[in-house]
Amino acid sequence: MKRLLGFSSLVFVLVLCAFLAPAQAKDDVIKIGFNLEITGDIPKVGEASKFAAEMLKEDINSKGGLEVGGKKYKVEFVYEDNEAKAESAVNAALKLIEQDKVVAIVGPNSSKQAVPAGGTCNDNETPMVSPWSTNPNTTKDRPWVFRAAFLDPFQAPVAANFAAKKFGAKKTAVIYDVSNDYSKGLAEDFKAYWEKKQGAGTVVAYESHGTKDQDFSAQLTKIVAAKPDFIFIPDNYNQVALIAKQAHDLGWKGPFMGSDAWGSAELMPLCGKDCVGQYFSTHYAAAGATGATKEFIDRYIKKYGYEPDDVAALTWDSVRLVLQAVKEAGKVSDKPKEERKLIRDALAKIPEFDGITGKMKFVGNGDPSKCAVIVQISEDGKFVFNESVCPE
Amino acid sequence: METLLQNIINALQWGSFYALIALGYSLVYGVLLLINFAHGDVFMVGAYISFFVATWFLGSSQALVLTTGNLYTLVAVAASIMTIAADAILERLNERQSRQARGLKCLLVFAVAFAAFRYLLGEGSTGLGLSPALTFALTIPLTMIMTAAVGVTLERVAYKPLRRKGANRLYVVITALMCGLILEHGNLALFGAARKKFPDLLEKTVYTVGTVSVTNLKFMVIFAALAVFVLLQFVVTRTKMGMAMRASSWDKYAIPLMGIPLDTVIIFTFVLGSGMAGLAGMLFAISYPVLDAYMGALVGWKAFIAAVVGGIGDIRGAFVGGFILGFIEIGVAAFLPSSYRDLFAFSILLIIMAIKPTGLFGTARTTKI
Repeated sequence: MKRLLGFSSLVFVLVLCAFLAPAQAKDDVIKIGFNLEITGDIPKVGEASKFAAEMLKEDINSKGGLEVGGKKYKVEFVYEDNEAKAESAVNAALKLIEQDKVVAIVGPNSSKQAVPAGGTCNDNETPMVSPWSTNPNTTKDRPWVFRAAFLDPFQAPVAANFAAKKFGAKKTAVIYDVSNDYSKGLAEDFKAYWEKKQGAGTVVAYESHGTKDQDFSAQLTKIVAAKPDFIFIPDNYNQVALIAKQAHDLGWKGPFMGSDAWGSAELMPLCGKDCVGQYFSTHYAAAGATGATKEFIDRYIKKYGYEPDDVAALTWDSVRLVLQAVKEAGKVSDKPKEERKLIRDALAKIPEFDGITGKMKFVGNGDPSKCAVIVQISEDGKFVFNESVCPE
Repeated sequence: METLLQNIINALQWGSFYALIALGYSLVYGVLLLINFAHGDVFMVGAYISFFVATWFLGSSQALVLTTGNLYTLVAVAASIMTIAADAILERLNERQSRQARGLKCLLVFAVAFAAFRYLLGEGSTGLGLSPALTFALTIPLTMIMTAAVGVTLERVAYKPLRRKGANRLYVVITALMCGLILEHGNLALFGAARKKFPDLLEKTVYTVGTVSVTNLKFMVIFAALAVFVLLQFVVTRTKMGMAMRASSWDKYAIPLMGIPLDTVIIFTFVLGSGMAGLAGMLFAISYPVLDAYMGALVGWKAFIAAVVGGIGDIRGAFVGGFILGFIEIGVAAFLPSSYRDLFAFSILLIIMAIKPTGLFGTARTTKI
């Protein structure tokens, strides 16, 4: 018993030391935090983000670091797992800000996490860039929060117009995740736009489900019975796989239309032939890319063995955006608080950014104005470019 | 009308899963008065086992990519589970074996299992390349046996020591909760967070009559649930072992005095319950082919509630409760706004409980002091 007590107190002291160890401020390091979905519902998203960031870090550090005001600074990335949960994303952001003393945060990716984490970062005056979040609330009235993706109010009309034209559709049905900010917001935008265009009552079924649900047969029975021209599924890829399969089981033969959350490298391994031939709107198309985008894709494939999805590309752009801000600030403060302010001000001043996911124009609210692409899923599981839609 | 018919079929399929899992809760509770909260995760482990067995038989390349460290951990864990389960069963068959003989047997089983798993899961292993139908036929019994081994191991490692020390039932329930979390996070640690796609084993056929569509899979799931019900009802009411199970649930202190080996009854119960969870896991993986570490948690809790509503400890109760929950969930989603599904489903169950607190088939027990 005594031995056990001694041992456990030793462990306790060690753990305490680990927690209390002062985050050593090395003066020639720029520390950026990542708030990612490494475990939980959408692990592939977190993985892609992390892989892209690691690649960029190696690029910079192998050249001796980032040059700001005539001095080279190494970059250090701290990854924190938010388990794809809203509350964990807030905790991860707080940990990065208070314990790790990072000067900027990239992520979370999904709006479900990015909306609450954005609030935390804004309150703590730390610049945050979300690569993938498309819900307007992420950056709304938050001067410290930025993003690299387009917004749902833009994406919804893109998807609606494309489907109306491609499928000659008059009636539509929607199934979405009611507990996911992203899915719910996009479904609402889509419904409002469709009814404005096609008249009231043209959204013949509007069904929802929960994040952990695996059976959608009741909702899909309703949808199939309402006979829409296509089904809009603004859902995460893992649920898309189950929904598409179950819809086919229930005798559905028409097309689906998807949103950017489909665009994960894990969609096709999970969904298989049920998703072949379907269309979705997204941020970039890997097949047929040119220039810097192609270079990124080739290097990513070489390093990690699979084609980078849009999250990887958007993370790449987000980190570069942050680093450009660090550079344009012209000096680096060794006090995290001051450095955060420098970065935010520089970020807000960037008018246009040439990313691998396209040109982004910032109009002052942290949201870029950029083009969306529609891709079709080919027989061999590739996302093939179909058309590009730019904001008017 | 046709929508109604379609939804009845949907509900029968969904309810079948609840029924199959609820049964495991009910069996264990019936014998031990223990709520085995790890049962939902045993179901998840069953789904994963069926995934590995099926991909190996099929010889498909997508099986698993493991680092060497993880591979050996997995092999060691799997071999230990088989050894502990084998030891538990052998001990019941022959109680008089010497310590040395027992140790030797364990060592032997462990060595064989370790070598076998190492061979099956290792890098050079390409699988057998069998036809999907044959794979399906072989995967069912193997999954059931291996999941049963996991259940027996849990009992042996986690519950039995507490029972021996006469711990209060509350502590055993907490232990069960912890075991469930260990299974979930052990899975995460070994296989990572990426989901697994269960291979297509059966050629799917969609039969459409009017606007009602049924797949052969749905028929199979419903049929399996009914067959399991008939089988278990037979085992519990018509066999000697079933009588021993019912007797243990009646009075577990008097049972050993009558010369009935309580430990054997308990192990048999875990084999039955976990085996059925394995079957449910496999059928679930075929019907909803996206596997992740948390898939068992929510379904498990709901199935537990189904078992309580049906009257925990009673097999008919578990089945009826499972199907009631399936029907309510599908019915609410079908005729009311689907966002309110769980709200309405559980409100209805709450009303049932308020009217009959012991569940539909349960009988009130008096606790002797």
